[in-house]
Amino acid sequence: MRRLFLATLLISAAAIAYEILLMRMLSIVQWHHFAYMIISLALLGYGASGTFIALCQDFLKPRFELSFSISGLLFSIAMVACFVLGQRVPFNALEIVWNSRQFFYLAVTYLVFFVPFFFAACCIGLAFTCRPSFINRIYFFDLLGAGLGAMLIVGLLFLLAVQHALVMLAILALIASALMRMTSTARKPLIVMQLACLAILLLGLQRDWLEMRTSEYKGLNQAIQVVGSNVLTVSSSPLGLLTVVESPRVPFRYAPGLSVNTDFEPPEQLAVFTDGDSMSAITRFDGNLDALGYMGDVTAALPYALLHEPHVLILGAGGGADVLLALYNGAGNIDAVELNPQMTKLVTDTFADFAGHLYDNERITVHTQEARGFVARSKDRYDLIQVALLDSFAASGSGVQALNESYLYTVEAIQEYLQHTAPGGMLAITRWLKLPPRDNLKLVATVRDALQKMGIAEPERQLAIIRSWNTSTLLVKQGKFSADEIAVITEFARSRSFDTAFYPSMPASAANRFNLLDQPFLYDGVTALLGEDADDFVARYKFHIAPATDDKPYFFHFFKWRSLPEVMALRKRGGASLIEWSYLILIATIVQAVVAGVFLILLPLSRIKRSWPQGTGTRMGSYFFLLGLAFLFVEMAFIQKFILFLSHPLYAVAVVLSGFLMFAGLGSACSGRLTHRAERFGHSPVSIAVAGISTIALLYMVLLPVLFQQLMGLADGTKIIISVFLIAPLAFCMGMPFPIGLSRVANNIPDFIPWAWGINGFASVISATLATLLAIEFGFTAVVLLALGFYIGAAATIHNYFSPLENRP
Amino acid sequence: MKSAVYCALLLAFTVNADEVDYSMARANMVDEVQYYATLARDTAEDVLNKHVMQSLGTVERHQFVPARQQPFAYENRPLPIGHGQTISQPYIVALMTDLIEPGRDFVVLEIGTGSGYQAAILAKLVTHVYSIEIIEALADEAAARLARLGYDNVTTKLGDGYHGWQEHAPYDAIIVTAAASHIPPPLVQQLKVGGRMIIPVGGRFMTQQLLLLEKSDDDEVITRQIAAVRFVPLTRER
Repeated sequence: MRRLFLATLLISAAAIAYEILLMRMLSIVQWHHFAYMIISLALLGYGASGTFIALCQDFLKPRFELSFSISGLLFSIAMVACFVLGQRVPFNALEIVWNSRQFFYLAVTYLVFFVPFFFAACCIGLAFTCRPSFINRIYFFDLLGAGLGAMLIVGLLFLLAVQHALVMLAILALIASALMRMTSTARKPLIVMQLACLAILLLGLQRDWLEMRTSEYKGLNQAIQVVGSNVLTVSSSPLGLLTVVESPRVPFRYAPGLSVNTDFEPPEQLAVFTDGDSMSAITRFDGNLDALGYMGDVTAALPYALLHEPHVLILGAGGGADVLLALYNGAGNIDAVELNPQMTKLVTDTFADFAGHLYDNERITVHTQEARGFVARSKDRYDLIQVALLDSFAASGSGVQALNESYLYTVEAIQEYLQHTAPGGMLAITRWLKLPPRDNLKLVATVRDALQKMGIAEPERQLAIIRSWNTSTLLVKQGKFSADEIAVITEFARSRSFDTAFYPSMPASAANRFNLLDQPFLYDGVTALLGEDADDFVARYKFHIAPATDDKPYFFHFFKWRSLPEVMALRKRGGASLIEWSYLILIATIVQAVVAGVFLILLPLSRIKRSWPQGTGTRMGSYFFLLGLAFLFVEMAFIQKFILFLSHPLYAVAVVLSGFLMFAGLGSACSGRLTHRAERFGHSPVSIAVAGISTIALLYMVLLPVLFQQLMGLADGTKIIISVFLIAPLAFCMGMPFPIGLSRVANNIPDFIPWAWGINGFASVISATLATLLAIEFGFTAVVLLALGFYIGAAATIHNYFSPLENRP
Repeated sequence: MKSAVYCALLLAFTVNADEVDYSMARANMVDEVQYYATLARDTAEDVLNKHVMQSLGTVERHQFVPARQQPFAYENRPLPIGHGQTISQPYIVALMTDLIEPGRDFVVLEIGTGSGYQAAILAKLVTHVYSIEIIEALADEAAARLARLGYDNVTTKLGDGYHGWQEHAPYDAIIVTAAASHIPPPLVQQLKVGGRMIIPVGGRFMTQQLLLLEKSDDDEVITRQIAAVRFVPLTRER
């Protein structure tokens, strides 16, 4: 049995690691939201494996070891083959608006990625079906493996390129395949095949057939086609693939929001692309500030016109553009925060000479941390907190970010920034300007709520906004703007042909002078949002501009169902950019998952002859379906809660995901004992587990925000340990209902095991996308409450049901 | 012998049918563009300059796209032309051309030749078009294509569009089809007083709006954001 347990662990570890790896790969070659869609559908493989086993169990059961081993081998092959094939499908995400063939290519893409997960799930499903007396322990090793796999891939991606990490995972699956002891005559040919695969994988490391094929429409591919351009370095980590490009013949001149009146040109720059897109720049700097003249003529320079030698905090230092902006405009001390250590290294090490050893400047301190966490921990108060313009205009404009959670632009975040500004200090946020305005207005609504929550009666006295043709800069002052300051703002804008979009007591006539719009949309919107009818305006606006909060951290979500018919009708008339595609893709994902699930899982299962009493199938099907939904709902919601506490998306995903899976595994291992004891006292073990889950989850909903606030200042290591301790009891209880139910099924209606596996897999596929959709609409608190409802529903479904069945012969 | 005749007939028919299909498709495309333009301005009148529409109706868009895209050449949508570039949606091309108010005696600078389609549309309306492309393969292909199709009043070159083409400045109009984080000041300088510059804003397949820059008599620069479509962001009633 040990070999089976170890093989199960390896297959599970490889499968979850492969899932995370594919997310990275697809984010690099395509765009993040399509990665999300493709992966969620690929997970249908889990559900479909249940169907396959149910259909073929008479054949598979007597050949369990061989079937497991072949599935493991095919999983290994499919991991690499589908990685390569999936990139050969000519799917162009951007063209989906125009070309219906792209839906076909998309379907082909996710069918390709369905295959490896199908084989991985066959291994686990076979183990459950063929070794029912070890279900608790198999499930323990399944979850333990998944937890270890999540940690493993994060570590691997720091050390290896995506394609090399892939080879490592394929080898893990090969080892699992080889571990299964076989007595059949098929043993020798299988060993030969395993060895052949190993040889191909190791040789493949040296070949370029695993190279990733990035979409030709991503910024990086566009840049390297320019005559004379050249890739200088590539560095990879789970935080992103950074590619540095030089272009001596046609220089990069990245200066968003630069005035049309300027006499200056940006100096030579290197472009840094993250995941092949989202360009930022490292600017050549030799210590001569005069060469940075253009830095005085961008909208983001506005706060420096109002502050004298301010102590500045820059959130999102990237390649150093905002640090140079601060330096040029006479900042005093500068704290620059950047999440990605590899990005910082480019400026401090790899291109330190080019960047003029910028970060060695005694006035500049660089902190490699997550922005929100840094602010929460900081004891300093700053004259200026500057939130850098991090996303690209194309990403901002095409609605591809709607599914990204962002804790930088929530009501709570703005409150935190303002609490760290000195009296008279300012928060400055520069954003791309879209028309009709969306994020600019949502930002104002968010700031207004934050100020009101801080007890400020007249938020409108503390706001000012200017705009160029493509950027807007919002200032929020810690105190009211004076008449002199307003004069400085208007003169700064006028002399650079920027428009003022809002300042206290601004006349409407001053709103639309240099960059003319059909109507002064931004001024009208901001005025309405700061007026008495703000709620009415938010409700009537055709995009979703209600404030983002930590519970609903979807700042980039602007979709409203009500506007859909109108914007769809405008698509061919130049209105395609009005459509918020990410949200629609999320809906499409759920619909496709349900349809594909019905065809791949439920319909084939319904063909099988059933050997259980009337009603049992529905009842047990509901049980495993509800568990599938509930587990992922809770897991996803708590990952979000811990992202804020751990102040690092990677730590949070690695720690929370691994913690959840491993402690759930422990819960599974102990579920047999719980069942035994509970039944001795006449209790339902599932009800006890669900009571535990509900109590702990509800307690956490109340306690965690307060606890996190108190403990935020602790060191990362301590916070990770605390997180693990917090996750442990909840996950432990969550690991019990599935194996308890499955053991009951194994004892009473063993033919139902593949059904249970299939239905649970089907629910898991839906739950990932459904949880995101619900969080966008109702917040993560609602997602947790709904999950608890599902758990209670599941407990009620199974309550007292099997007692009579267990006594059957 | 019989089959050879059939083949010849079929071939002849196919070639003619292609030709007929393209001109019909082109006419339909022009009608569609005109229809959308009238909808955008809420009027029954033709709102785009008739010379612009004539140019759109004569330039063979299928000559400017790769062979595999030719069946879709007259659909009102952007198409991939290779190298990560696109040929713009005809509706947007028409709007952009209309907005620079091209005159017969105009000298126009284009930044981003692409396939050469926009230059060809302009070539039928103005005296001369100068066009700069930064991707070598595209620049070569466009130059050869424009020469083959007889657009003698288009001159192209490979190079950096940021500094414009000083040698032929000033220009009556400038079209910048390549994405930029800001408007290059040298281009503003090379624009004649009273001249117009047009820049499509947005991603490769999604133009968000058109930016029209006008240089007034006193050298003041005014930009105007022009939505391709009429869209009021506020509902009238709750």
